Amino acid sequence: MSKQIKVSLIGNPNTGKTSLFNTLTGLNQKVGNYPGITVEKKEGICKLERGIKAHILDLPGTYSLNASSIDENLVIELLLNKNDKDFPDVAVIVSDVENLKRNLVLFTQIKDLKIPTILAINMADRMKYKGISLDIPILEKELDTKIILTSRDGSLGINELKDCIVNFKQISTKPSIDLSLIDEAYFNSLSSTFPNQDLYKLWVVISQDANFGKMDRNSLDILDFKTKSISELKRLQQKETIKRYQLINSALKLGQIIDSSKAVGYRAVLDRILTHKTYGYLIFFMILLTIFQVIYDWSSIPMNLIDTAFADLASYTKEILPAGVMTNLIAEGIIAGIGGIVIFIPQIAFLFVFISILEETGYMSRVVFLMDRIMRKYGLSGKSVVPLISGTACAIPAIMATRNIENWKERLITILVTPFTTCSARLPVYLIIIALVIPHGSFLGISYQALTLMMLYMLGFGMAIFSAYILNKILKTNTKSFLVIEMPNYKVPILRDVLITVFEKTKSFVLEAGKIILAISIILWVLASYGPGETFNNAESIITEKYEGFENINLESKIASHKLEHSYIGIIGKSIEPVIKPLGYDWKIGIGLITSFAAREVFVGTLATIYSVGNTDDVENTIKESMSSEVYSDGSKVFTLASGISLLLFYAFAMQCMSTLAVVKKETNSWKWPLLQLIIMTLIAYVVAFISFQILN
Amino acid sequence: MYTVADLNKGDTAIIKDVSSIDIPIKLLEMGCLPGNEVKVIQQAPFSGPIYINIEGTHLAIRSKTARLIIVDKIKDE
Repeated sequence: MSKQIKVSLIGNPNTGKTSLFNTLTGLNQKVGNYPGITVEKKEGICKLERGIKAHILDLPGTYSLNASSIDENLVIELLLNKNDKDFPDVAVIVSDVENLKRNLVLFTQIKDLKIPTILAINMADRMKYKGISLDIPILEKELDTKIILTSRDGSLGINELKDCIVNFKQISTKPSIDLSLIDEAYFNSLSSTFPNQDLYKLWVVISQDANFGKMDRNSLDILDFKTKSISELKRLQQKETIKRYQLINSALKLGQIIDSSKAVGYRAVLDRILTHKTYGYLIFFMILLTIFQVIYDWSSIPMNLIDTAFADLASYTKEILPAGVMTNLIAEGIIAGIGGIVIFIPQIAFLFVFISILEETGYMSRVVFLMDRIMRKYGLSGKSVVPLISGTACAIPAIMATRNIENWKERLITILVTPFTTCSARLPVYLIIIALVIPHGSFLGISYQALTLMMLYMLGFGMAIFSAYILNKILKTNTKSFLVIEMPNYKVPILRDVLITVFEKTKSFVLEAGKIILAISIILWVLASYGPGETFNNAESIITEKYEGFENINLESKIASHKLEHSYIGIIGKSIEPVIKPLGYDWKIGIGLITSFAAREVFVGTLATIYSVGNTDDVENTIKESMSSEVYSDGSKVFTLASGISLLLFYAFAMQCMSTLAVVKKETNSWKWPLLQLIIMTLIAYVVAFISFQILN
Repeated sequence: MYTVADLNKGDTAIIKDVSSIDIPIKLLEMGCLPGNEVKVIQQAPFSGPIYINIEGTHLAIRSKTARLIIVDKIKDE
């Protein structure tokens, strides 16, 4: 294998860094996680001239080498560690032509690390609209680097950039500022104490004390060094920043002319409307409604197609393969399990089309601005609104959408509370039970049944907010909470970048969460399809004998019901009866609770099988009839107002969804959070259902 | 003595002092330095974040942070 040039793309957020990454690597990229933490790692291969290749690492957007988040911390740790396998041969700093002055702060810092640094000035195609002109040779001389003008759509400067990467050894590695000018006495004592260490690196490590968190010093061979107090460090940091701006200002004075009279832009107008205290919220609310409508309603069309396609494929497989255990496993276990993963793709894809458009246009920052005050009280981010609302359609894409929340604590809380919102899979369960136990009649013109449904939605949302409030009090964090967010320029999203995001999100769901979902659905299938002993194995003969001589009996559905009752899952359902009895449930409901762990709506299907409803055109009404006529041995009804309400509340709070657990595992990179979520949500559901049944009964 | 939190929508001021230890370094690096001009673009309701423009950098900060940035008010709109 030929040696690859290791390139790191570094830059402020909103500079079009990822667009440049997409241009360089195309689909030749992979998105993973950095080990141990949940920061996205994007890397790809780019072909240069003469068979030379570059390994491109798209580092998380960072404003400076003074970290204020896990993402930024990661960038610093990588750039300080020469032994890291990702340590770059050459760094490409991506900057936005309209924010050049501020973007150059990071450039001077990276240059001080003595890494060969290329400056890519992105969005250069917009210069003429902004009245900006640059004198590149002068800037190259003043900043002592190579400068390439690029554009977000990749039409500008890509070949020049590739040439520059090939010839990275010619790039100057001279630092841009002299630290000792900031505080001579301090920096001189520092360099005489550690003669073998690079002064700027030492300073970066030491000054992190005043930032995000202390860095591990052992790996950098710096033993305990009596540092200055936090306030003294801050004073030095301020002096250092002023020093950098002096350098940048003098370079830009020579090499940049901005004629603001020539600038055209819609930014001011858009901001006036989109951040307005009335219209701003109104517009955001309309956008949320649209997102909700699309993932709730439009996705149902491809989802139904997928559902039918996999059902057809399963029955087709049964036809062409010889009957037997293997065929059943493939058709009913594996194909159905894969279908259960693929079914989520439309919702995930639709939601991420919206999210990446909201991010790319710059609108998401306005959402944070509008929502920060309200959400902060509950330990959530302004950005948490989007996952919480889309959770009303499905928690899976919603939890994946929390990646856009930078603060880890806010993100974790959002992940943990989102499953409380009423997702569409709860709806079939709610509808059938409401129809069964809630009396007809109306209050202020709204039927009791509609009111109950509305209250369940409000209950889900209320519980999400309430538990966020509690979690905010419990969870400890070392991150200081402050908000400094950039309000970027409005941009037209690039279709290619949106599509790549959607593709990567979908792929990561199918590959990572998908295997957990598949495994659990196969286990559930085996448990429901097999059982111990004679009663299960001889189901056909037992039922045929039992109903001999009866007319109009649907034997097939009676057999299915008998089999489910005596399968392993049936046995589990029966054995948990003592536990669920105080909630007002019998063993049949118990079986439904267990099978619906695959997906909540399976509850209805399970009850259909167990009441041996069989294949009729109107399954829903038939189940309703058999459910309402279901009685205990003493003749009392199983489904009463008390047990119905108890069941509704149980489904409102319980974590009855393995796919959500799989996604939480993927997004938090640990089993700890999904397991906690499962235990605590089930506990809350149990207690609430218990209390409501005992009171109402 | 004025701070950014005292400015109204549309006001412009010159930054005088940012030496408070509670001002994140990130804010300084984004250009919030003595001598620079700051303009208030928008204020979120119920003392939510303040949307400011410092020398072309557009930022939103919380009012808690805005109270630490000492300014000289120069222009009312």
